[in-house]
Amino acid sequence: MIPADVHAQLRQAHAQGNYAPLLQLIPYASLIGIQCSRDGDDLLFCLPASADNIGNPLLPAIHGGVIAGFMELSAALYLLIFSESASIPRIIDFSIDYLRAGLYRDTYARCQLWRQGRRVTNVAITAWQGDPDQPIATARAHFKIKELPVPLK
Amino acid sequence: MNEPSPLMAQAERFLSALRHCQLLKMRVERADADGITLCLPYSPQIVGNPQSGAIHGGAITTLMDTALGMATLCALAEFEVCPTLDLRIDYMHPGQADKAVYGQAQCYQVTRDVIFIRGCAYQDDPDQPIAQVVGTYMRLGKDIKGGLGFGRQLKAVAQ
Repeated sequence: MIPADVHAQLRQAHAQGNYAPLLQLIPYASLIGIQCSRDGDDLLFCLPASADNIGNPLLPAIHGGVIAGFMELSAALYLLIFSESASIPRIIDFSIDYLRAGLYRDTYARCQLWRQGRRVTNVAITAWQGDPDQPIATARAHFKIKELPVPLK
Repeated sequence: MNEPSPLMAQAERFLSALRHCQLLKMRVERADADGITLCLPYSPQIVGNPQSGAIHGGAITTLMDTALGMATLCALAEFEVCPTLDLRIDYMHPGQADKAVYGQAQCYQVTRDVIFIRGCAYQDDPDQPIAQVVGTYMRLGKDIKGGLGFGRQLKAVAQ
């Protein structure tokens, strides 16, 4: 369960557009170097180019697993902030289509919440580098969430 | 000590060229004609849930994308660069903290253009996987830019 004060922290992070304290709580987020910023009402995720994330030495290109991890983490953070789940969203399944090589450059991701049920959510994630219309990967994830108890009226 | 098989040596050489896998301290556990098993040691830096200490799905995906991709080494007569077309991971149950994760993979269909590969991630028991994985990998052939030299490099050391 997410304690009430953490929910308050999440709302504050979103109100101020400062997500760094939230990301610092997740070791894997620091390992790959994910960043999050507010973009109007939406969230923009960034994975700055890092030699440590390279998986293909020939091109060189970012490891496909890191691209997937970046997109999965983006979706989980998106849900943490936008769905009022009573628990930390838990991944059920994740499916990714690789469209182009993720070159040794900054990578961006945006999420779309297609459906939020009471127990399960469906999120689509798109990742790109130079041009948002030329995505390097699209992905879809299901997460298990827990509905917040409805306050008594 | 037995000498590692040429396939095992080739797999180790391949893995050592992948910088992010080195960062995660991944190693080859087994490589033979039936497929491959990699090991991802537990480390605090790959934790995704600080409350439970469970490894983040991204690190599991990296393990499995690497394992499925390396299973092509076991199925092809000569090294070919095989990028991932798609990958799907179903999480059966959360992993336990402080335990290594093993990723095993095997090719179940090799066609002229694509290879169909499946595998699973487990901790103690391969019959109780924490994740099931299926993916499709593209065959780019032997003559892709840099691929031939890289293939020779893997072989030279393996033999």
